[in-house]
Order: sequence, then structure tokens, then C-alpha cells
Amino acid sequence: MRPGHLLLLGAAALLVVLGLALGPVTIAPGEIAAVAAGSGDPVHAASIGQIRAPRILLGVAVGTALALAGAALQGLLRNPLADPGLIGVTGGASIGAVSVIVLGEVLFGGGTPGGGTGGDAGGDDVGGGGGAGVAVNAIAGAFIGVMVYISDDTQLRDLTFWSLGALGAANWTLVLVASGISLASALALLSMHRALDLFQVGERAAFHAGIDTERVKLKTGLLTALAVGGATAAAGPIGFIGLVAPHIARLLLGAHHRIMMPAAALTGIALVLSADLAVRLAVPPAEPPIGIATSLLGGPVFLWLLLTRVRRHA
Amino acid sequence: MLEAEAGDIAYGRTPVVEAASLSIAQGEICALCGPNGAGKTSLFAALAGELRPRRGVVRIGGEDIRKLSAVALAERRAVLEQSPTLSAEFSVRELIGLAIPLQIPPEEAEEIVETTIAEVDLAEYAARSVLRLSGGQRHRAHLGRALAQLAAGRALGHTTSLLLDEPTANLDIAHQIAVMHLANRAAARGAAVAVVLHDLNLAAAFADRIALMAKGRIIAAGAPSEVFTARRLSETYGTDLSVQIGSDDRPRITPRYDVTPAQTSKEIPHVHRHEPLSRPS
Repeated sequence: MRPGHLLLLGAAALLVVLGLALGPVTIAPGEIAAVAAGSGDPVHAASIGQIRAPRILLGVAVGTALALAGAALQGLLRNPLADPGLIGVTGGASIGAVSVIVLGEVLFGGGTPGGGTGGDAGGDDVGGGGGAGVAVNAIAGAFIGVMVYISDDTQLRDLTFWSLGALGAANWTLVLVASGISLASALALLSMHRALDLFQVGERAAFHAGIDTERVKLKTGLLTALAVGGATAAAGPIGFIGLVAPHIARLLLGAHHRIMMPAAALTGIALVLSADLAVRLAVPPAEPPIGIATSLLGGPVFLWLLLTRVRRHA
Repeated sequence: MLEAEAGDIAYGRTPVVEAASLSIAQGEICALCGPNGAGKTSLFAALAGELRPRRGVVRIGGEDIRKLSAVALAERRAVLEQSPTLSAEFSVRELIGLAIPLQIPPEEAEEIVETTIAEVDLAEYAARSVLRLSGGQRHRAHLGRALAQLAAGRALGHTTSLLLDEPTANLDIAHQIAVMHLANRAAARGAAVAVVLHDLNLAAAFADRIALMAKGRIIAAGAPSEVFTARRLSETYGTDLSVQIGSDDRPRITPRYDVTPAQTSKEIPHVHRHEPLSRPS
């Protein structure tokens, strides 16, 4: 572990504590410890146990999943602007979630967001990853358009809020299932650090160095789809974390995936939790969608990255 | 020993190499030469294990290459690609250590990396990002990556092969010679070295054997002085080339610059009609 990792770990831990402490009712850290020990105020215990803790765990899972999926895709595609949205994972996952919101009553007898499952990876061909993603996103967009068209007013409101991303719908069942899937898949991506390093010298060179490139592409596609699918199903399509977190990690700790990926995961957690905290504290007790905060942060960073690349190639 | 036996290579239904048989002994440098489109790169890819011959077999150290996993293959041969690229900010030290197999303990890997950095003459740039080096230095760093992988294979007890695909393209003459000396050193340490070369003089100066290819076939193989005859080279390349044998028994090839080369092999007789071919002395 390097100093950069400790710094990010500290930031993530601080945001977890702030996430538990702050809200419409402020709970002091001592009281949080008392609740954790089982001796706290029952109202605070309910607030933490039923609302804030699942929300924070979901934030941790979403941040980890999006950041590691972004880092893996950027490594695999050798494109620092790659994002889970690029290969259509988010779009594919959105189809599942939107279907449940609009058709939930017909399909399952009750409409709850969070029923969506993993999307279509579409990215097992490195060269065509972006193109396949455009296609998947287009199909997903058309499907979502149909769902919006046939939805009633309540469903439309649910759809709109879900599509902007939110951790607020977190309950323990949703959090444990979605976080379990996305965290397990995202952490499995960490084991691919050597292959991703070698992909930086090109796919042929990676094969020459002993990497089964087809297997790596398939495995990365599947794990990314599961990680992002789980996160998107539970929290909606939260943009830019997959793009920005690996960049910050790379700036802090270099390009080696063994070192960069854990840093990206911690950065992803810190970004999601701080965005969630920002929207919770902006206009209490109302909670604007978290996607607004991540887009406000991520949009300018994306532009900056684009301009840097344009300048470098000029 | 790196060998291809009666290898046919095709892309889909288009055959590109037919009945190629070639064997390169440990400690030997074999240059694959021939005009563009002769099938050198395809044969090279088959020897590297990335293209499966439609017919025939490629063996490395006596083992059928198809039966070796990517990892097992990487322990037995290292490859320098024609135009190596890098899309991450790796330092020279990081790039050179990149392809060392995980079975090598970290201290030993570190030793291999430092030795290789010195060998490719990049010690003063070891910590610098490869993307900030000159073209020649960058190329040497990538060659270092292949040489470190080769050293690791040797440390694991394997007989090794080194495959270099046009390693001197885009390099100035001093860098070209330096690269060929490194290939020589790898051969002296027991590697079978296969190198695709367009520069016939470099091939003649450094290779123990030449495999001259044209139209998907190996049309001649042997010592440079046997393979590089003026008539054969002129016919193969469709331009008038003269050959002198030096005191080291290695041929020196000189093109005629005042004659327009024939564009296709069908036009070769046309060239000969105009210009008599010089003979090796």
C-alpha cells in the first residue's frame, strides 16, 4: 500500500462517517459508535440501520463497481475515455430496470425499481467495443423510449428519478443482492491487473507475453457487465464515476493496474459518497438525484480530458 | 530449435504461404527476407504461434506449438512486434519488466530488468516515461521488453527463441546495427533467432542463414553467400542488384538506382532485357 492509497482510504472512511452522521438529523460520531455497539438511541439506530447504512453500503458498492469497471474497460480498450456507458453495459442494464418500473405490475405483480439485471457486455472485441456499445445504447434508448411512451404519470416520475441515479431507494434486500453481485464482480476485475498492463502494448504483444487475450476480453466483458449491471439496477445509471475515478487514480499513483485499480475503487467510493452527501445536504429534506452531482463534476473533467488529448495530438 | 514443417498459411480462403519448411537451431540467426507480400510476416506470425498453419506443423524446442498454452509459449519465445506501441505512461523500467512471467521471483525479475536496461543502453532513462523518449530509444525499450522475457524463459530452464519483426525499420543506421548486435548477443546465449529484415545488407552481415521468400514460398535457404546471388535477388525483387562477396565471406548488395524497378514479378524479364546481371565474385 502506498501513501496515495492511504490518503484515498482516509477520504473514503471519512465520507462513510459523514454519510452516517449527516442528514436531516445530525448524529454525532459518538452516538454512531453507540448505535454500532447496540446501545444507542432507538430513533438514531433506526435512522442509521434502516436508511443511512444501506445507502452507504450501496454507495460503496456502486463506487467500487463503476470505478473498477471503468479502469478495466479503459485498460482493455486502451482508451482513457472509455466508460461503462461506452460498451452499452449501462444501456443494457437500464432496459432491465426500466422494464421493471413500467411492466413490473404485469410481470411481477408489483413495480419496484431495482429489479434489473446485468446488461449486455458487447465489448469482447476490443476493436469493435465502442461501435457495439453505440448499437446497444441505441437499442436500449429505443426500448426505453417505448417504455416512457406507455408509462403512466407515476411510472414516468419513477423513471425520471431512477434515470438520474439515486442511492435513496436502498433497502437491505436490494443492497445486499445488488452490492453482492457488483462488488464480487468488480473485485474479481482486480485479478486481471497483469493482463490489463500488457494490453497497453497492444493485443498481439499481450499474447506474445503469455496472455490468453480472447479469454481476458470475454472475462472483462462479463465481469464489467455484472458489476455495472448490479450497480445500475440498484442505483440507476450514475455517470462519469467510471471515467473520472481511474483518471484520478492514475494521476496519483501511475498507470500500473495492480496499484491503480485499488486506488480507482477508493476514489470511486469517495466520489459517490461525496456526491450523495452533496445532494442530501443541498436542499434538505428534499434529495435531488445523485446523477446531477456526478454529472456536474464529471462533465467538466471529461471536457478537460478531451481538450488535453486534442492538444497532445495537435 | 524453432521449426516450421511444410506449413501452409491462409487468411480465410486466400493462401499466403505454401509448404514452408524452415528450422532454426539454438544459437543461430535466421533472416526472413523477400519482397513485400512474399509471406514473411505470415510465416513469422506462424512461428510466433499467433497464426495457425492450415497444414503442417510449427515446433518450438521440439514441441508442437498448438499444444502449448499462451503462458507456456511465452516462456519459450519472445517477440518484438513490427511497430510496437504503448498507450500508458509506463517508465522504461516498468515496460521492460512487463512481460517477465510471474513464476520468476521478484528479486530475480528485478535483476533481469536492470541487466536488460543496461544492455539496451537506457540506464540513464530507466525512470523516464517511454512516451517521452525518442523513436530509437522507445524501440530499444520495447526490444528490452522482449529480451527480458527471453532471459526469464532461460532462467526457467527453457531453450528459447527470439522473433523480431523488422526490428530495424524506422531506425537510423547506428541504431540498426545496435539492434542487430543485441540479436547476435541473444543468439550467443543460445536463443534461436528469427528476424524479418528488409535490409539485405544487414541480413547478409548478421544472419547465419537466410530464408528468401517470394510469392508465399521459401525459394532459397542457406548461408547468405549461397542465397544472395545477384541473379536470384534481381529476379526476386524485380530490380537490378549487384552482389560482391566481402573478405568475411558475406555478400554486399548494391542496387542500381538509375533503373526503374518492375512493379510486378511479371515484368521482371523486362528488367533483365535492359540490364545484364552482375555475378558474385
